Amino acid sequence: MMQEGLDDGPDFLSEEDRGPRAVNVDLQTDATLQVDISDALSERDKVKFTVHTKSTLPNFKQNEFSVVRQHEEFIWLHDSFVENEDYAGFIIPPAPPRPDFDASREKLQKLGEGEGSMTKEEFTKMKQELEAEYLAIFKKTVAMHEVFLCRVAAHPVLRKDLNFHVFLEYNQDLSVRGKNKKEKLEDFFKNVVKSADGVIVAGVKDVDDFFEHEKTFLLEYHNRVKDASIKSDRMIRSHKSAADDINRIASTLYTLGTQDSTDVCKFFLKVSELFEKTRKIEARVAADEDLKLADLLKYYLRESQAAKDLLYRRGRALVDYENANKALDKARAKNKDVLQAETTQQVCCQKFEKISESAKQELIDFKTRRVAAFRKNLVELAELELKHAKGNLQLLQSCLAVLKGDT
Amino acid sequence: MLNLLVIVMHTHLQNKPFTPTPPETDPPTDIFSEEGYTVQTPIKHPSLHTNILEPKFNGIQSDEELDLFAGKHIQPTNHTNSGALLEEEEHGDTFELNIAVTNPEKMGDGMNAFMTYKVSTQTSLPAFRSKTFSVRRRFSDFLGLYEKLLVKQSLMGCIIPPPPQKSVVGMTKVKVGKEDPSSADFVEKRRAALERYLQRVVVHPALLQDPDVQEFLEKEELPRAVNTQALSGSGFLKMINKASDAVNKMTIKMNESDNWFESKLQEVENEEQLLRRLHASFDSLVNHRKELCSSTAMFAKSVAMLGSSEENSALSRALSQLAEVEDKLEQLQQEQAFSDFFIFTELLADYVRLLGAVRGCFEQRVKAWQRWQEAQSTLQKKREAEAKLLWANKPDKLQQAKDDITEWEAKVGQSERDFERISSTLRKEVHRFEVRPETSNLLHKEKCRDFRHHIVKYLESLHRTQHRLVKCWETFLPEAKAIV
Repeated sequence: MMQEGLDDGPDFLSEEDRGPRAVNVDLQTDATLQVDISDALSERDKVKFTVHTKSTLPNFKQNEFSVVRQHEEFIWLHDSFVENEDYAGFIIPPAPPRPDFDASREKLQKLGEGEGSMTKEEFTKMKQELEAEYLAIFKKTVAMHEVFLCRVAAHPVLRKDLNFHVFLEYNQDLSVRGKNKKEKLEDFFKNVVKSADGVIVAGVKDVDDFFEHEKTFLLEYHNRVKDASIKSDRMIRSHKSAADDINRIASTLYTLGTQDSTDVCKFFLKVSELFEKTRKIEARVAADEDLKLADLLKYYLRESQAAKDLLYRRGRALVDYENANKALDKARAKNKDVLQAETTQQVCCQKFEKISESAKQELIDFKTRRVAAFRKNLVELAELELKHAKGNLQLLQSCLAVLKGDT
Repeated sequence: MLNLLVIVMHTHLQNKPFTPTPPETDPPTDIFSEEGYTVQTPIKHPSLHTNILEPKFNGIQSDEELDLFAGKHIQPTNHTNSGALLEEEEHGDTFELNIAVTNPEKMGDGMNAFMTYKVSTQTSLPAFRSKTFSVRRRFSDFLGLYEKLLVKQSLMGCIIPPPPQKSVVGMTKVKVGKEDPSSADFVEKRRAALERYLQRVVVHPALLQDPDVQEFLEKEELPRAVNTQALSGSGFLKMINKASDAVNKMTIKMNESDNWFESKLQEVENEEQLLRRLHASFDSLVNHRKELCSSTAMFAKSVAMLGSSEENSALSRALSQLAEVEDKLEQLQQEQAFSDFFIFTELLADYVRLLGAVRGCFEQRVKAWQRWQEAQSTLQKKREAEAKLLWANKPDKLQQAKDDITEWEAKVGQSERDFERISSTLRKEVHRFEVRPETSNLLHKEKCRDFRHHIVKYLESLHRTQHRLVKCWETFLPEAKAIV
């Protein structure tokens, strides 16, 4: 992964950008199917992603092609996986979060309103800041959508899914509209039912030790990741606010310094520059923490939820299987509808076993992926922090020399 | 035991041209002396013989005195003996006065509780009964002093240093008896601010002579100043007065005969605005740093929890190591938060208020001019009335009219003289304000040296922090790499 230089311009789709894709997942991309997001456009309310595919598979008409997709279409794809019974035994790659530029847009608006009350330099500086922030959010959302697609492409079964192929290839609008109010309400109730059911299902003790252990582990892990994710967000926010304050101090000092050209004012200008530099470093440290730590935690929050969902589905299947067994026994005892009970039982048994088999592998893969991703990110985080701290040391040394030098 | 972060108001000792001593060097300002130490700030006072509004200074210092301060300006004191002041030597016509505000003590209970502070004075001025003395004063006493001075001296055009702000929230916490660091902080900030306030008051030659000031320093028991209650009637009255001032400004526009006043006022207003903004940013920075500290601590705990539930042992170890690193980071940031221009926020707030006081003086001058104009127009009306009476031939009322005219002629003369006096006083005051380093604005060169000193200190502490950060991350890195 490329290291960012101290004076990073906003180079949007440089090599640096490829990095985030591999950050959270350790993927083997093979030549048979490679998916990435080669471009993205941010319009008023939506973001348009250009999904680019390279494939040697015979299912596709061409070897390389691109389509434009929006966020809702990604969600549609994800939901189609979730609803597909055949995939009940897999950890469905978590859906990318909705692109959220509201906070950034609000800030830009406030800045526009407050334009009259600050000097031209201050205004330009703040505007640049906000634009950089906007760009950072933009890059992140692209990365997250890309990760989703790559996970699907890397999964041996999901990559063959027909909907996925349509998603990649069909170059017209998929006419997938977002859920309307009624559907959202239905979803809400479904979720309530599901979580209630989940509690019941989780209560059933599993025969298989492996799954029993996984259940308890995942529950605990998920909660702790959630907590860590929230706290890391808060920490990074304070860090960014402190950097913003330093920015304002630097600009006010600059204004003071430009009032005239006495020694005093020159001094202020120097100090203003110093603050400006320390701010850049602080902001960068915060941004790196955000990328390496916060995003990692957020991603695994979603993945662990997906793993929990898998366990839930298996648990549900187990309960269904046990119920079918009991029904079969009853039917045999009463000697009524035995055939029907037998077929139901067979179906349940098959479903359960199919899920169990793939679930075991999926969960083991999840563990491996998780460990690898954490390792990668933690190592990169440490390296970046070291780099910044050393850079900061140098900067401080030079500033001290300058300040002490002139008496 | 309160954690005393003593803040020193660094005053410059001015050099008189004929002094044979070498130009003085900066005694290092020690902002963050350790707990239990008090630093004294000597204030050289100009001679009382000279015209009190004379902006020249007679501060003479000798080498010995300088050494006294330079070498041992930190004196360990115990809390009871807070008034330990250095012996001052009398030099010809210099009079000295040292003031310290220490020993905050809580008296009373619950919502009626209040803090008292010990105000210690050491002086060689003959106006006072003894050379060293101390009294206990509470916050409302300080405010009361300000009110009295404002009423009297502002008519003269003097710039009265403003006291620290009232803070209902801060005081309520203290009253309720919460023994948390924020209320200790608040008391300490207030104590330091009160000390700076008094030091500024006594450095002003006219104010030092004021009997109210002397009474404040000396008298055992002061009558409780009632006008200063937060929501008292007089507070409301003040607000109304301020409002009417604003209206007045709009109706009678003063035709400024002297451009100096106009341009000075503009300068003052600009600076006030900039400093206000700077203060707000510094304040915000200090707060965000504190926030960062607490959120880092919480994050560290959270990561530790995560690490403990992680199955892979190497990752688990690495995560708990990360938690430790973050924890150390938090401690480092904690120290940072204190040095992060804690004092500047305070000093900046002082300067902003001082500039407000200066602006107030300009407004007083405008009011004086208005009074003069009004007196003139009333005189005019009286004269017209007399003329009418003469014409209407009513001799009985004529005498009254003549008396009125005489009265108003006197008033016009008086208000004109008042205006002139205020104008000239104001000029001198502003000049004094700009030149004297204790009261001067931030753009004063001497103050800059202070500022630079603090910045250097800040940078050095930042440097140390970064160093330790490097070590932390260096120990973490191999752990992270060892994850399998």
